[in-house]
This record gives sequence, C-alpha cells and structure tokens, in this order.
Amino acid sequence: MSVNHQKNIIEIKDVSFSYGNVEVLKNITLDIHQGDYISLIGPNGSGKTTLLKIMLGLIKPRSGQVKLFGQTLRDFNDWSKLGYVPQKAINFDPLFPATVREVVAMGRFGKKGLLKWLNKNDQSFIDDALSNVEMTQYADRLIGNLSSGQQQRVFIARALAGEPEVIFLDEPTVGVDIKTQDEFYSLLTHLNKKLNITLILVSHDVDVVSNEVTEIACLNQTLVYHGDPKKFMKSDYVENFYGKHACSVSHHH
Amino acid sequence: MIEIFQYGFIVRGLEAGILIGLIAPLIGIFLVLRRYSLIADTLSHVSLAGVAVGLLLKINPLWTALGAAALSSVAIERLRTSKKIYGETALSIFLSGSLALAIVIIGLAHGFSVDLFSYLFGSIVTVKQTDVYIILGLGTLVALAIFLFYKELVYIAFDEEAATVSGLPVKVFNTLFVLLAAIMIAISIPIIGILLISALLVLPTITALQLKLSFKMTLFWAEIISVFSIITGIITSFYLNISSGGTIVLIMLFIFGAVLFAKGKIKNSYAK
Repeated sequence: MSVNHQKNIIEIKDVSFSYGNVEVLKNITLDIHQGDYISLIGPNGSGKTTLLKIMLGLIKPRSGQVKLFGQTLRDFNDWSKLGYVPQKAINFDPLFPATVREVVAMGRFGKKGLLKWLNKNDQSFIDDALSNVEMTQYADRLIGNLSSGQQQRVFIARALAGEPEVIFLDEPTVGVDIKTQDEFYSLLTHLNKKLNITLILVSHDVDVVSNEVTEIACLNQTLVYHGDPKKFMKSDYVENFYGKHACSVSHHH
Repeated sequence: MIEIFQYGFIVRGLEAGILIGLIAPLIGIFLVLRRYSLIADTLSHVSLAGVAVGLLLKINPLWTALGAAALSSVAIERLRTSKKIYGETALSIFLSGSLALAIVIIGLAHGFSVDLFSYLFGSIVTVKQTDVYIILGLGTLVALAIFLFYKELVYIAFDEEAATVSGLPVKVFNTLFVLLAAIMIAISIPIIGILLISALLVLPTITALQLKLSFKMTLFWAEIISVFSIITGIITSFYLNISSGGTIVLIMLFIFGAVLFAKGKIKNSYAK
C-alpha cells in the first residue's frame, strides 16, 4: 500500500460538544492525512478523548461534521477500516474468561460480518497480528493473567486483526512502566512506518509523545496548535497549559 | 433406580429439566459477564405476574409468563438505555411492581386451585406434556439464536465500545439478548420456580469461571455443572419428596463451594 500523505482520511469541521452546560469542544477543525502519526494532547478535561469518540461515532457532536474516508459519519459503513484500542487500564474486566487468541479473534468479527464463522484465512490474520506484537507465545494464556503492557499489546493485535487503515488509541500507556512504554512506542512506530497504518493517539504525556509522533494536535476546548511536535515543544503552549498552573506533564525522574 | 422412570411425571420432568439445563448456561454466561444478573431476577418476578394472569384466565401460565417477561425485557432495556432513570431503579420498579400486581391478581381470584408454591419454587409434578413441547420449541429457538450470534455476543460482553466501533449493531443485540433471557426464564419456571431461576442461570457460570479457562471451555463446564445438577436434583427431590428447584440450587451451591475449596487447597499446596 502506497501512502499518500496529502490524502485526507479524517476531516473534522467546526465540531462542538458539551456535557450539559459545560462546553468541552468548541469549533474544532482538523484534517488527518493518510500515514499520519498524530497525537491529540491537552490537559485533563480538554476534550481529547471526547474528540476521539466523536470521530469513532461513539458520541454525536452538538454541531459540526466529521467525515471518515470522504463520507459523513452517518453514511460511513466501512468500519473495518478503523481499529480501536480503548483505555483498557480502567474498564477492562480481568476475570473475563478469554484467551489472548480469543480476544484477538474479536478484531476479525466486524470484517467477517454476521452469520459467518472465522475460517483459515481469518486465523492467519490473527496469527500475523499476534506475531506483529510479539505475543504469539502467549496465545493460549488468559488475558487477565498478563501484565498490563502485554494486555495492551493484545489490544493492538485485536485492532490489527481487522486489517485497519487507521488505529485510534486512547491513553494506551496508562498504568504501564517506563521500559514497557518505550517498547510500546517502538511497536507503534513499526505499525506506522512498516505497515503504513495511520495512528491517532490520545495522550496526556506531552514529553514522551512529542519525541514519537509526527504531528501534534493540542486541544484545550479549542484546537490551540496543530503541527510539528518539535516546534510545539519550543512554543509557549506547553508552558501555558502544562507549566506553572496545570501540572499534568510527567517528567521522567 | 429403574422404577422411577415408570412415573410419567418424572420422565417429563427430566426431559424438561435436561433441556433447561442445556440452555441456561448459554444465557447465564452472558448475564454474569455483563453484570446483568439482576435483570434475570427482575424478569422472573415479572413472570410471576404473568403466571397469575394465566391462572386467572385459565390459559397455560407458561404462555402468559412468557408474554409478560418478553414485553418487560424490552421495556426495561429501553428504560435503562434512555438514561432517564438509573439502571437499577428501572429494575426495582419492574420487580416490585410486578410482584404487587401478582399478589393483587391472586387475591382477586381468592387463591387458586393449583398450588402457587410450585410456581415459586418449582415442582416437576406440574409439568405437563405440552409444557415439554413448549420448552423444546422455545429452548431450541434460544439455543439457535445464541449459536448464530455467538461471536457478536462474546465481543459485546467483552468490550461493548470496541464492538460498536467495529460496526456491530450493539443496541439491537442487547435487546435481542434480554428477549432471549426472558424466554429462557419463562420456560424455566415449571422446573426451577420463579424465585430460584437466577441461581440456575448464575451458579454454573460463576463456578466454571473459577476454573480459569477460555471462554469456550468455561461455557462447556457451565453446561456440565448445570445438566448434572438438574438431573441429580430431580432424582433426589423425587426420593426425598421435596421441591425440585430447591434441591437443584442446593446441589449447584454445593459444587460451587467444593470448587472454591479445592482451589484454595491447590493454591496452598503450591505455596508450601
């Protein structure tokens, strides 16, 4: 697959959203191109996860429009192009009786469609997904018995099994130690560079992601910055949002 | 041992019981993993109102229980997802409301010729041949639906949000599932009784969950525990002349306790 970095795969236009009377997002306009590795960052409550969920059609914006692959969310039905890695550290049931292989297989269900069983071809995609995240040897282990870093890899594999063009990740490194986190980011770079998958990553960890991603979109109700991460780190935004007042930047001690 | 099969009601009870035992874990495993156990309890109380209506109008109470449970399952799911009131409050409105309705209907009818006790706690004596056919028909329907949508139901139980993103019509499946649960509950009444149905649905699954196996193997062991408990429960209740529902649930509880105990033993022996 050749990557066309000019091609818009997600177009967000004038999107606003509020929870009750609290305005969370205000007039967000943002294009995401094929092959981008973009991080949505911003302080707590800046609306980054909300924006991610709006892009995925999980919540409806109060106003504005989102297009995926050129189609409005209402008309879009090619959901297998999207992979989703939710914020599992918080809402994942560790007692759920499923092996790693069973979890990764779920990523194939949407592609397969209703009333169809997985066949050998599907199993080979599941095998590939497991080997891409280096979890093949854990295939028969229960998901609940793995470390959180390993679980996160399994969720990436689940997303990969559906052959997505773009993967959305919501704070994937929450609750993961530094070493595992580094390995995790090299896996993401591999997916982006080698498998040409567009990545959209919600994170609060500005320092870390700015070294990894190719683009930063900084939110604080409005879109305050969109562009090169290096320039972003030198700008005043970092100081304004994370510096003196809000201390949500995690420095490596 | 052989002589008990000369009694028609025992054979009918076992036929109905084995069918129920096979289908219950198919619903139970999803109820437990989705934290829907209270829905089962609520729907079984709603079924009691249905049974009362059936007895009053002299219709087979299985049909009226089925209608009541099916209608309220859809209503509950709507009320729950509308988020106008808290999920549990929606359940308690239905639970106490239908109990109140049942009591009033029973009062109006000045008691029934049939023993209400057997509907509350299960009694295979009341199982008629037509009931066995109804259980077979509806049970097959439930099992077939679970079989056909197995992969979607597993995905939604594990991760509703990711299942939505993958394009699955999650709301449709949630409604379908509570409807199947309602059917399952209604057809379990003759064997296990209204007050004990949720135990039948929940206990085999939580016992199998202790074994720490894959989803498929958890379901397999829940099936074994469920069918075993029902067969031994019905036979024991016959010899001791006691309620079948109570006996079955006690056997299930005993197995649950034994598995927990054995697990503790194994853990300790590793620790040493």
